[in-house]
Amino acid sequence: MTPKSLYAIAPHLSRAECDAIAKKVLSFSTADECRVSINSGMRQNTRFAVNQISTAGDNYNAAVTVRSVIGKRSANVTVNRLDDASLRAAVQNAERIARLAPEDPELLPELGPQDVPPSVQWSDATASLEPEARAEAVRAITEPARRAGLVSTGYLEANAGSFAVANNKGLFAYDRSTAVAFTTTVRTPDGTGSGWAGASDNDFRRIDPRLLAERAIEKARKSVNPVAIEPGRYTVILEPTAVANLVQLIGGALNARNADEGRSFFSKAGGGNKIGEKVVDERVTLVSDPFDPRVPSGTFGGDGLPTQKVTWIENGVVRNLAYDRFWAQRTGKAPVSAGGTLAMSGGSSSMEEMIASTERGILVTRFWYIRSVDPRTILFTGLTRDGTFLIENGKVTRPVKNLRYNESPIFMLNNLQMMGRPERVSASEAGGPGQAIIVPPLKCRDFNFTSTSDAI
Amino acid sequence: MTDRREFLRTTGAAAAALALASAPRRAEAAPRYDDLDRFQSGASKELLLEAINAAKVAGASYADCRIARFRQNFVVTREQQIVNVVDTDTLGCGVRALVDGCWGFAATRTLTREGVTTAAREAVAIAKANRVARDRAVTLAPTPAYPNATWKSPYTTDPFEVPLEQKVDLLLKSNAEAMKVANVKFVNSVLFFVKQERQFASTEGSVIDQTLIRSWPLFTATAVAPDFSDFQNRQGSEAAPMGRGYEYVVQCDLPGNARKWAEQAAEKLKAKPVEVGKYDLVLAPSNLWLTIHESIGHPTELDRALGYEANYAGTSFIAPPEEKLGKLQYGKPLMNIQGDRSQAGALATVGYDDDGVQPDEFLIVKDGMFNDYQTTREQAPWLADWYAKQGKPVRSHGCSYADSWGSVAFQRMPNVSLLPGNDNTSWDDLIAGVDRGIAIVGDGSFSIDQQRYNAQFGGQVTYEIRGGKVVGMLKDVAYQIRTPDFWNSMDAIGGKATYELGGSFFDGKGQPSQSNAVSHGSPPARFRQVNVINTGRTQ
Repeated sequence: MTPKSLYAIAPHLSRAECDAIAKKVLSFSTADECRVSINSGMRQNTRFAVNQISTAGDNYNAAVTVRSVIGKRSANVTVNRLDDASLRAAVQNAERIARLAPEDPELLPELGPQDVPPSVQWSDATASLEPEARAEAVRAITEPARRAGLVSTGYLEANAGSFAVANNKGLFAYDRSTAVAFTTTVRTPDGTGSGWAGASDNDFRRIDPRLLAERAIEKARKSVNPVAIEPGRYTVILEPTAVANLVQLIGGALNARNADEGRSFFSKAGGGNKIGEKVVDERVTLVSDPFDPRVPSGTFGGDGLPTQKVTWIENGVVRNLAYDRFWAQRTGKAPVSAGGTLAMSGGSSSMEEMIASTERGILVTRFWYIRSVDPRTILFTGLTRDGTFLIENGKVTRPVKNLRYNESPIFMLNNLQMMGRPERVSASEAGGPGQAIIVPPLKCRDFNFTSTSDAI
Repeated sequence: MTDRREFLRTTGAAAAALALASAPRRAEAAPRYDDLDRFQSGASKELLLEAINAAKVAGASYADCRIARFRQNFVVTREQQIVNVVDTDTLGCGVRALVDGCWGFAATRTLTREGVTTAAREAVAIAKANRVARDRAVTLAPTPAYPNATWKSPYTTDPFEVPLEQKVDLLLKSNAEAMKVANVKFVNSVLFFVKQERQFASTEGSVIDQTLIRSWPLFTATAVAPDFSDFQNRQGSEAAPMGRGYEYVVQCDLPGNARKWAEQAAEKLKAKPVEVGKYDLVLAPSNLWLTIHESIGHPTELDRALGYEANYAGTSFIAPPEEKLGKLQYGKPLMNIQGDRSQAGALATVGYDDDGVQPDEFLIVKDGMFNDYQTTREQAPWLADWYAKQGKPVRSHGCSYADSWGSVAFQRMPNVSLLPGNDNTSWDDLIAGVDRGIAIVGDGSFSIDQQRYNAQFGGQVTYEIRGGKVVGMLKDVAYQIRTPDFWNSMDAIGGKATYELGGSFFDGKGQPSQSNAVSHGSPPARFRQVNVINTGRTQ
């Protein structure tokens, strides 16, 4: 499983290359202000289905976005051709469009030089993962599945790239990152059982394909021939992936402007927002920290503003909402970046303790097709998938048919009973690296299931 | 392995050369090459042929190459101000190679002879690496070669030629109309355009050049209660995305419709919450397209039915094929579902798919019976027995698509549509046949399980029907269905005059997830005794 060449050069643009491109673009600019953003890198993947590799591919790209500002007017142009003529044309297009655009009353000046520390998102092991090593990792799942008479399907994606932003006020920031996700769904050949396992990290060495195979195979076997139960309010024990599927939805609502404008869960009745109000159980703390080694993120935003550690919810109380530079200025606050990752507090309960303490409840592996129903309460709908089990008198007794829920992570975190140890998970529905998130398994009461599904 | 290192070196070297070139600051220096000029003059055809030839020499039994330019243009506004103007423009090359029945794919933005042939050899190297985990060799259904084919979307005005001022003016005028309505505090509107210039060549002798245009006006009015106790959105989902040009955007009459949509957002604040229960539903095409997409379009994708998408998009309740083809009663005999890539202005409409196949029109559901799956060249042979029984040749329906030059092509949904009835049944006729029910216009919240049985859909505006008449607006409505029961409850559909297209720019499938643009046509239709829930909750 060790990648063959730990120090192979990954095809992303280096700091010096980005600096040179940025300087060139800025030299072409005649606008009042000009910003250059440069994204480059390799996206590599191997897919497998029915116990064999179905497709695999490598995609290398580099794109330059030019933002030109003329007075209070601005426009953005992106190209992936880095020759002089193309970059010059991009600058000219951005300026031409900016001149035509109406004035933006919310436009703020570009930032000057910023003190941006390097992030901790890079892994040589991920950046140098070769197709052969990916195929080997896949075989660590397909072979045991085949031996067990089961059918495995899955996806391994490894990305390595760099991001730079520069402007004509002297700002230059550069960062590079890697990310990897590996997920598998193992089914019985007759389609009566299905189990899932997945992991996501910045460093491929922290992902164990054999463990994923074990988990998914065990779930596929145990989930065969599920029985239907009546929908309704149930005590649930949610594995960390299921918790992350829902908790990450809160991240999308943490916007101060929407709250102040009266169109968010975080809006306060009568006006203003809920900063300072208790909204969930006091054991819940939710943080974005770019330097958390478990779930690191980039250290600056698209405008070059450094990202900070932000505590969104502390002991159940809203402490911060995201303020962009404009809304911060308008309301007299400091800008607060939206945060690229989420870390939730945990507890000391084991899964076994949660199950043993439950008279009747449902154990959920993960959720699927999660879509907004009512933004007033962060209410979403979706279904359980690939491993849903009934708990009776302290024991997992049998698989149950999947269930549709209509539930809000806010209600769920108010109905919290027990918390386990946080774990980083792959919580993106599409199985890509997605947003890094670390959450505990939870036991919650009164989770709202509204119908059953025949889907396995 | 050697090929891969070369690939890395080449791409890395190109970037390094670029960095060095900038050092003397010769801003006026002529470029080394100009990919765009080469592409526009058609000279990239030589690169296509170089690439597939390189793949062949490296050991591919079949290869194809796409060199394509993908452009997007967005104009984003809120209330009376501009939020963003964005133009994106990428150009690159993707090569797909088949070696010993295994696929490999590689893509690069480096459009030189060296760049594309390196990508071709990389695709072959990946295919070879994949042989360790192969069970069944890929075979391709036959297709005629099209050595000099061209195709264009049916547009009259290229949105990329329309001045920005005109686009901004249209949006701000529409926003202003909406803001005149009491309690409407916010408006978000967007014009989103896509242009894809796609060149394709295969080792079987096809060379195909296509230009696709897509246009999508988006509009949302938000009403906020004066005491901040409630807010409601109304999206203008009747202005569907289309495979047409700017002339379509003008036809949508955003300024004329904005006021109506805003009034409905405000009216939703006062609408009656729905009582849960079973209701007869009358669904407008602007709502039904999404239900067709989720509960018919996806489960009839053959790769899903056979387990190839189990890890993300899911499998299908319509499996195994031999037990469902000609045997599954999807609905009553009035139900006919067509797959095609030919309806003028529909989003999935093309001349040739990304396997180089000319798509055909086919009935997925015929007189209520399940009749066929969506297929590519790789998949059509899997149904050879069924086609033999039907006396039909084994041919792909032309459903192969890649969402960019950097993505591998695989099976994607064609336009999947409910055909209208033969009589002149109208929207009002359908409502007149309902004693206690709900009429739904526009698409709202949507979710469906991984085998496409259990789904839940909302709408933009929902109306109570009593005694055959609409009596008032409802809110917090969502209907929950079990797919076969729902379609078998459809007892009336509108006639030809009521047929409309809805659709999406962003149908996700595959890993890495790719976006397909697809339209779904339908008349309005009536469904009996469907489960309705109330989605408004306070705890």
